Amino acid sequence: MSEPLLSVSGLTKVYRGTPGIVGRLMGRPTLEVKAVSDVSLSVERGEILGLIGESGCGKSTLGRTILRLHEPTEGAIRFDGIDVAALPPREMKAMRRRMQIIFQDPYASLNPRRTVADIVGLPLQLHGLARSKAETRDSVAAIIEKVGLKTAHLDRYPHQFSGGQRQRIGIARALVSRPEFIVCDEPVSALDVSIQAQIIELLSDLKRDMGLTYLFISHDISVIGYLSDRVAVMYLGEVVEIGPVQAILERPRHPYTQTLMSAVPRVEAEGGRKRVRLMGDLPSPLDPPGGCKFHTRCPLATDLCRSRAPVSQSVGIGHHASCHRLNESFNLLEGETA
Amino acid sequence: MSDADVTRPAPSQSLLVRNLVVFAENRLAAGSAVIVLVFVALALFAPLIAPQDPNATDLFSRLQPPAWQAGGDWGHVLGCDALGRDILSRIIYGSRVSMLVGATVVFIATSIGILAGLAAGYLGGWVDTIISRTVDILLGFPYLIFAIGLMAMMGAGLGNIILALVYKEWVIPCRVVRAETLATREQEYVEAARALGASNRHIMLREILPNFLSPVIVVSTIRMANVIILEASLSFLGLGVQPPTASWGAMVADGRAFIMQAWWVSTFPGLAILLLVLALNVASQGLRDAFDPRFHE
Amino acid sequence: MTEPLPGCLLEVAGLRTAFHTRAGTVRAVDGVDVMVRRGECIGVVGESGSGKSVTFASVMGLIRSPGRIEAGTIRFDGQDLRALSPRQMRAIRGRDIAMTMQDALTALNPALTVGEQIAEVLEAHDEDLPRRGPARRRAITDRAVEMLRLVGIPSPAERLRQYPHEFSGGMRQRMMIAIALSSRPKLLIADEPTTALDVTIQAQVLELIADIRARLGMSVVLITHDLAVVAEHCDRVMVMYAGEVVEEGPTQAVIGDPRHPYTKGLLASIPRPALRGEKIHPIKGQVPDLINLPDQCRFQSRCPEAGPDCLARIHMHPAGPGRRARCIRRLDGGQADE
Repeated sequence: MSEPLLSVSGLTKVYRGTPGIVGRLMGRPTLEVKAVSDVSLSVERGEILGLIGESGCGKSTLGRTILRLHEPTEGAIRFDGIDVAALPPREMKAMRRRMQIIFQDPYASLNPRRTVADIVGLPLQLHGLARSKAETRDSVAAIIEKVGLKTAHLDRYPHQFSGGQRQRIGIARALVSRPEFIVCDEPVSALDVSIQAQIIELLSDLKRDMGLTYLFISHDISVIGYLSDRVAVMYLGEVVEIGPVQAILERPRHPYTQTLMSAVPRVEAEGGRKRVRLMGDLPSPLDPPGGCKFHTRCPLATDLCRSRAPVSQSVGIGHHASCHRLNESFNLLEGETA
Repeated sequence: MSDADVTRPAPSQSLLVRNLVVFAENRLAAGSAVIVLVFVALALFAPLIAPQDPNATDLFSRLQPPAWQAGGDWGHVLGCDALGRDILSRIIYGSRVSMLVGATVVFIATSIGILAGLAAGYLGGWVDTIISRTVDILLGFPYLIFAIGLMAMMGAGLGNIILALVYKEWVIPCRVVRAETLATREQEYVEAARALGASNRHIMLREILPNFLSPVIVVSTIRMANVIILEASLSFLGLGVQPPTASWGAMVADGRAFIMQAWWVSTFPGLAILLLVLALNVASQGLRDAFDPRFHE
Repeated sequence: MTEPLPGCLLEVAGLRTAFHTRAGTVRAVDGVDVMVRRGECIGVVGESGSGKSVTFASVMGLIRSPGRIEAGTIRFDGQDLRALSPRQMRAIRGRDIAMTMQDALTALNPALTVGEQIAEVLEAHDEDLPRRGPARRRAITDRAVEMLRLVGIPSPAERLRQYPHEFSGGMRQRMMIAIALSSRPKLLIADEPTTALDVTIQAQVLELIADIRARLGMSVVLITHDLAVVAEHCDRVMVMYAGEVVEEGPTQAVIGDPRHPYTKGLLASIPRPALRGEKIHPIKGQVPDLINLPDQCRFQSRCPEAGPDCLARIHMHPAGPGRRARCIRRLDGGQADE
């Protein structure tokens, strides 16, 4: 196997809220949120790695930290053999041409004051990828047509487009500099079902035509399951399970993944599917539980789970999970603890 | 501002036109805008409009009353001051000082305020701490006392007036811009620009600023009325433009000694200040209503 | 149809609601019929702009200028709601019909505690309470605690004194349901109750609604964009498109064998892990502008089966037992019923 395009090891992102001068004088402690906690994963060239989890699990932060939109607190990010986390600003800027991001909100992610041509042309301008205005416009027109819009749209403003069209503009902006790696941060979550399908189709066509590699972040198991080659499941800042998509969908090993799978409503009636009810809400990331972070909601938690964090174990080919009770080969979906 | 793109025309022409229509529909504001424009014209074309040389003294016309009073004549419509200078002509020339100081101070202060506000709001950290603390300290001083103190240190004169007023005036646009920047900074398109490799300068001037530039400019026109009053106050105290240059504040001060015998010497320049400041205030409020989308619909 | 059908709780016929804007008249709801039987759960599915929320805002008497109900009858429990005075309508709203909104944070009053908000509903609508004095206050507190317990909020007595912002998203949605249910309504209209929630929390809230429906015997209208949610929770489904009902019938029948091309397209748009590697077939194009719509099939511009005969006004046609569809193709030879 060749070296993966992206590999992340021990990546941690801590946000610190400083309490302000008055707070500091009164001895208030610095607030710390470990949004991403010791995450290691890799993405092969040409692959789609799905990243799934509920809101607040740190999946967006992980995506943005990999791109160094947020500076990592600890850990290494290697992209195509280059240590991205250590790059000085100048080289980081050049690196941004190769790693891009598509955002969730097609309204907030486009500057309302700039035309489509300005927005999509910006990467070319920033990285000096076009020699003249005409060349910029030609490249922009080409990519705009590739994402399914018309060149007549170039001089319009974002508010003149629908949500789906705006998402296409955002995709064009991410792709115009011919990057190799794209973080797709919930790119279809804000769209209507029929438009969602159009964008998913577009993203998979573009991936094939342009030889892209995606880190596809979503809370929607159907979308992740349809698109991804491999899936990583996050809970409270940690990757609790990672593996090939079939294994994750059909033989999930971590109790959280199993719960997640059972909670998804499906169109097709399925006989004998048992719904696992999770107790309570997500714990506050300001005050995460000790031991295994899932123990407060886990139906299988034992004293060991409450006191010691599990380490990641191999449970199949390329399939890893972090749980103390993996050897017992339980399956919550079948309601049996063998 | 060095970046020429910042001042490019408002992107949506239709929006600009719609705002102007809303503004024109507000009769009071539109009328006030006309009055302001008349004052601007007076200042620009003073030599063509003024009936007399504003600095020509004529001891035979000392304290001559306005034309419609006994002893007045139509050669000096608003009468003459203690040195026999024509009051109307001096008011017309005096508008030059008010307009020049008002416009220059607001322009410089807004430019500084925008840059400082953007830097404080976007860069944050120690840059924000330094700028915000400076703003807090300056806001703690009463404006006029602060300006008087500076004028006393620097000496009178037009350039120093402008400096003394700019010293504090910039904090107002700075605070507005900082707040708007903090809100805009969190927008995803700003993050998108960073992801594309854009510099801080590009993000501040091209991505963030255009979103609130026009409301900030409108807010600063409201401040122009204040600056004109402050200039008049400094001139009244003798710290302003030096004689014989005509300035409304100084004219009011000149007439003080004769207020019982010759009311017109102080009253007419005082009325000019009142009229301009009032018109500026009403017009800029109207502009704000028209350009601030929160007042639409 | 002036006489209420037996067993029918809500019956809307020929409802037209329009918004008169500067750009033109938006026919948001254009000739919609709804029938909700006692104890039944009906799913209303559609994308943004389909008119699904406006239909039920009209039923609730919540349409404000520039919107206007232009035609139609709304009969609820034998009463003509459109003939009622605003005062009488207020009495029904909240007591007999309750509605929950998608965004619980903005729909709840941030300045009042949860207890105060439940008490408000009880004060207004509950006739069983003691007339006055401490007995009345105690009865209200008891009922409020009971409601919070019913929706599964732990330690309800303490929670009563808290404000909406102190609750998590799932808790807030439950609280809104608790407030809506505290008057024991005959009909609950839940507008996108789970769209803002994570899957595990979504499952909890939907189960809660189903559970309470069974216990209190009320009818539920579940407005959603998610066909899978409808498939798992509703007896019947109504699919809306561009202000019209395009298909209705028993859920399993409609989802198993959709008769309208839009329903079919929606189902085909849902990405499914089972379809990995196959192409999905999104509906092409976008929802038409609701201003100045021509008198023809509204889906015609996006429909793969459209022909010249679709350029006429299309009525609802019978399409099997208890089913109707607004399409002239694949109807098993049924006759137009209008």
